[in-house]
Amino acid sequence: MSSIVEPADPAQPPPIVQVTGLTKTFKDQEAVNGLSFTVYPADIYGFLGQNGAGKSTTLRMLLTLIAPTAGEIRIFGMDLRTNRREILRRVGAVIERPDLYKYLTAWENLSLFARMSGLRPDRRLLLDQLELVGLAQRAHSKVGTFSQGMKQRLGIATALVHDPDLVILDEPTNGLDPQGIADIRNLILHLSHHRKKTVIVSSHLLSEMELIAGRMLIIDKGKKIIEGRVDELFDPAQTLVELETADPADAAERLSRSRWQSHLNQRRGNKFLLKMDRAEIPSLTHDLVEMGVRVLAIQPRHSLEDYFLTLTTANQHVDAFTD
Amino acid sequence: MWTLLRIELFKIFRRPRTYIPFGAIAAMILIIQLGLKFDGRSYLELMMSSLSDSFFIPYNMIMNGYLVAFVILNTLLIQVPLLVALVAGDIIAGEANMGTLRLLVIRPVSRTRLLLVKFFASVVYTVALLVWMAVLSLFLSMLLFGTNDMMIARNTVMEQIRSSDVLWRYIAAFGYATVALSTVAALAFLLSVFADNSIGPIVSTISIVIVLTILSEMRIPLYDNTVKPWLFTSHMLAWKGFFYSQSDGQGAAIPGSVENLPAILRSLGILLLYIFGFVTAAIVSFKKKDILS
Repeated sequence: MSSIVEPADPAQPPPIVQVTGLTKTFKDQEAVNGLSFTVYPADIYGFLGQNGAGKSTTLRMLLTLIAPTAGEIRIFGMDLRTNRREILRRVGAVIERPDLYKYLTAWENLSLFARMSGLRPDRRLLLDQLELVGLAQRAHSKVGTFSQGMKQRLGIATALVHDPDLVILDEPTNGLDPQGIADIRNLILHLSHHRKKTVIVSSHLLSEMELIAGRMLIIDKGKKIIEGRVDELFDPAQTLVELETADPADAAERLSRSRWQSHLNQRRGNKFLLKMDRAEIPSLTHDLVEMGVRVLAIQPRHSLEDYFLTLTTANQHVDAFTD
Repeated sequence: MWTLLRIELFKIFRRPRTYIPFGAIAAMILIIQLGLKFDGRSYLELMMSSLSDSFFIPYNMIMNGYLVAFVILNTLLIQVPLLVALVAGDIIAGEANMGTLRLLVIRPVSRTRLLLVKFFASVVYTVALLVWMAVLSLFLSMLLFGTNDMMIARNTVMEQIRSSDVLWRYIAAFGYATVALSTVAALAFLLSVFADNSIGPIVSTISIVIVLTILSEMRIPLYDNTVKPWLFTSHMLAWKGFFYSQSDGQGAAIPGSVENLPAILRSLGILLLYIFGFVTAAIVSFKKKDILS
């Protein structure tokens, strides 16, 4: 159902992550269904979907927490099944809540996870990590006394302490106040731009993804909805226009016989989605009137939220995003 | 492996709740010692009432540190498995409950190694608990009650072990108890793999130990030769065998001897098999487990 298919770019570097046909079934429930996507080096890859869409399940499969039912995962060009340790040595992650040992200090937690990654951390390394996430002053405080935002930042520090090439952050802004969200956003941008890390970040805060992601994947009910470059999705030449009609069967018939047939992207109920250059909207309006299509509304989609609302199915999505 | 074990031990011994069983053991031992210190003769008269008609019993000589330690071990080694379950049952499920299990599993360490390290850590904890128990029950009792020959009543027979022949028996008994308690730790550890909070495996372990102990102690002919010999609880108290000596034919114990060493070794072998089985099952299950916590 991918709407925007990226052409193969010969200049594109080899992918860091390549997922093919990934499927996970829990008893009779399919959490992830035939998912394929590619992540390139030094990119911030936004992984979007509603709660229960399959984001966390997918990220857990990338981290070997969950075994896939089918499909292949290649990271750094290696098969995850046969090169688990080599791959995980180069991956840092925070999955869902940043749970750490509450009865230990930030310093002790960081040191412990560094050692588990095979490092012998010195004082300078630990201090650098804590400074990076703004917790140097609280290094020797117990994590049980930390706010949610501080725990989140410390969780990211534990993910970065062994200097991984790939960082996976699952909903890193969950439960944070606006300042906390901005801090995490800046940290992710810093990791990508200055430290040249590849970051996969999942979220349902689409506005955040717009600000940081280079490429993104939207999934719903375990299936890929769309994958592509964020700037391409917002390219004026690739504007998505939503057309709402009073008689969708008639509209479909008339559109299929017009030059707009090739622009038709998707139909859902009485709504049609057309991909076109924004400048062509007046021509479309004119042609629809000429063809006698009973138009209720016509509007360009210009934000990721709109994109998501258009491409995903359940009404609950609309309710969630229009608050 | 050593680094990972140190990390596990660091986590265990930095948790305040780890010390609750140490406190509980200290309290129980001190209560028993206090009672025996002030009313030990009444206790002995009660325990040896069946022998007092046939023998002259020198109560003052019998009541010494070695006997007090034996009394304490008899009482506590039934309860201590429950304390061991507190930590071993928590070692995986507690991590799942805290949400830290997923942080451990995404590190470049194999799940088998992670689990083995956690089991060894719970064995180290068990050993620490027993050393603590040994210090208080044996050495503190020796200090408070002095030492002398050790008298042990078995049915209608009184066995006397020379003072110089006692200490090695305690070392052997504590060594055996380490294996016995590690069996309980391995059971709690296995159950811990299947749970996402520690209450379940702890309560389950305690329940299983209680039910099997009752079954081991019951005198039902049907079970005596069929089920009981294979229950691990039937072998947990075989440490007592180290205090039963061979007789020289004139009623005196042969120093350095054990009445039925093959039976003790057989019990030890069964316990080790149980440990191997429980830990292997835990590893196999954990390797297949989806970490959803």
